[in-house]
Amino acid sequence: MGDAEVHAVRGIDLDIARGEFAAITGPSGCGKSTLLHLLGAIDAPSSGRVFVNGRDTAQLGDAEATAFRLRHIGFVFQRFYLMPTLSAQENVELPLAEAGLGKAARRARASELLGYVGLGDRRGHRPTQLSGGEQQRVAIARALANEPALLLADEPTGELDATTGEKLLALFGQLNRDGTTLVFVTHDSVVANSARRVIRLLDGRVASDTPRVNG
Amino acid sequence: MSMRTTLALATLRRHPARTVLAVLGIAVAAALLLDMVMLATGMRESFRSLLLTRGYQLRVSPKGTLPFDSEATIDGATAIVEALRANPDIKAVSPSLGTTLALPSQAFPSVFTLGLEADVQGDYVLEAGRDMPGPRNGAAAAIPLPAVVNRMFLVRSGRKLGDTLTVAAGIDAQLRTTARSRVVVLAGEGRFFYVPAETPVMALPLQEVRTLLGAEYRDRISLAMAESRKGDSVSVEAVRSWIAASQPRVTAISTETAIRQVEERLSYFRQLAFVLGAISLGIGFLLVATLVTLSVNERRGEIAVLRAIGTQKGGVLRQVFLEGFLLSSAGIAGGLLLGLVTARWLNGILRDFPGLPAAFDFFLWSPEAAWQSLALLLISGTLAGLLPAWRAASIPIVRSLREDAVG
Repeated sequence: MGDAEVHAVRGIDLDIARGEFAAITGPSGCGKSTLLHLLGAIDAPSSGRVFVNGRDTAQLGDAEATAFRLRHIGFVFQRFYLMPTLSAQENVELPLAEAGLGKAARRARASELLGYVGLGDRRGHRPTQLSGGEQQRVAIARALANEPALLLADEPTGELDATTGEKLLALFGQLNRDGTTLVFVTHDSVVANSARRVIRLLDGRVASDTPRVNG
Repeated sequence: MSMRTTLALATLRRHPARTVLAVLGIAVAAALLLDMVMLATGMRESFRSLLLTRGYQLRVSPKGTLPFDSEATIDGATAIVEALRANPDIKAVSPSLGTTLALPSQAFPSVFTLGLEADVQGDYVLEAGRDMPGPRNGAAAAIPLPAVVNRMFLVRSGRKLGDTLTVAAGIDAQLRTTARSRVVVLAGEGRFFYVPAETPVMALPLQEVRTLLGAEYRDRISLAMAESRKGDSVSVEAVRSWIAASQPRVTAISTETAIRQVEERLSYFRQLAFVLGAISLGIGFLLVATLVTLSVNERRGEIAVLRAIGTQKGGVLRQVFLEGFLLSSAGIAGGLLLGLVTARWLNGILRDFPGLPAAFDFFLWSPEAAWQSLALLLISGTLAGLLPAWRAASIPIVRSLREDAVG
């Protein structure tokens, strides 16, 4: 960063199994988001490997990594990052269009996903017409569009109030029960405890890795 | 509609005032370009069209002169006209004699008069009333003599079709007498191609004009127009060469030669039109480049997210390119309309310029030239989005997301 070399994460050796529901937590600057970006093939490690679905994403070029993300990774961001000029339906259709799905199939799939996240009656609404929680649900639906192997969420409740955040975490739980592998990043240890496994980072290293039996 | 088009249109709608202003700016640039193209081609094509109105590709005038450039006339005209008509490569010959006849007791003292043969004349088109008789239709016997006049004549004289008046020639200024006169009836109203609209003009049978002017004009004409049987430039040039070789007392000039001479005089106009057209291209380019760059800079986070969720660099490039294309297209469509309206308005103003033939246009729609120039503007505007599109595609995802979060 700038002129100085910063090791955001170092010596991380992690396995996340299919169907897991994991939270990555830790203080600000501990490398949580960096780890998420590495898992999601948005960033590449300076050394080491990142295997997702049996594929070493660290070795992929830009085009291959992008194609990999489209098919295998779903992203949910803290600030939602919906296209403000598109409707909820159209936002969910974006990755489907990128994957080459026809208009009718896109529409059907997007409707199904919005219904799944409880926004079936808000398809035509723009993000500015939705609450924070609803926008994040649309973002989740978009992330699920191409049936990714892995859903990654970066501070998904960061912009939401406590009640809305709880509802969102409940949705994450439902997604996981329905078979989605979920990893999310949060600085809030209370939020982290909603997951079944909590990985705590400190100074770029795994400080603790705790399965939660009752999560 | 594809998702890419949907997103591009939605992006342009995001700041509607800004987009509308940019589209208007491109429309003005497009209108300017179109008008410059219409002006550059219009004067030449209008002149060509004027010369070819009735199909005559050749003008035969007194040796060393241009048509109606002086008061010189061709003597021995009958033999020359008969020789031209005898050439199987010549389809028609229209002789004419221009002069000024006096109008005793009228609102204006004289009128420019063309002596023509009605059945072959190429100087006017009849718009109301009846035509004057041809030489073989008993023109000499008609009393009063039928005449065709233009609208300005009727307006300024206060006359209407059917009225009669006296025309005269051979005026003696001291004695205030005329040598010869005839009563004419205003039989028809015509639109004269080569006479300025503000000039009253009258057409009478050629032989009658010669009689009025006196014995020395018995066998004279000012000009003859000739039509080659084959209209291609090679055939026309062959006829012109034959006339020049066989009729040493005249000068024959083809429409193409006349146009070339006019073009040389219009070269400054064309240079001006070219410069202004290039400026409009530049304006269109800058407008699109500015707006698209602005749009990309505002959406770095969104573009980074598009990349994160699986949009290839090429997809982002095409997306931004499409925005530039849509912007340019909308502006050009508006510019086409604006340019045509402006051209029509300017043409109306310039047509009133004194001394110009009534049928002369400055701005003429040339489909090929117009579409080429507008296509050039469209390409220019679309390419203007190239640099911002490349920058958008190269946005580093992580850094942009971080900057957006911090911002």
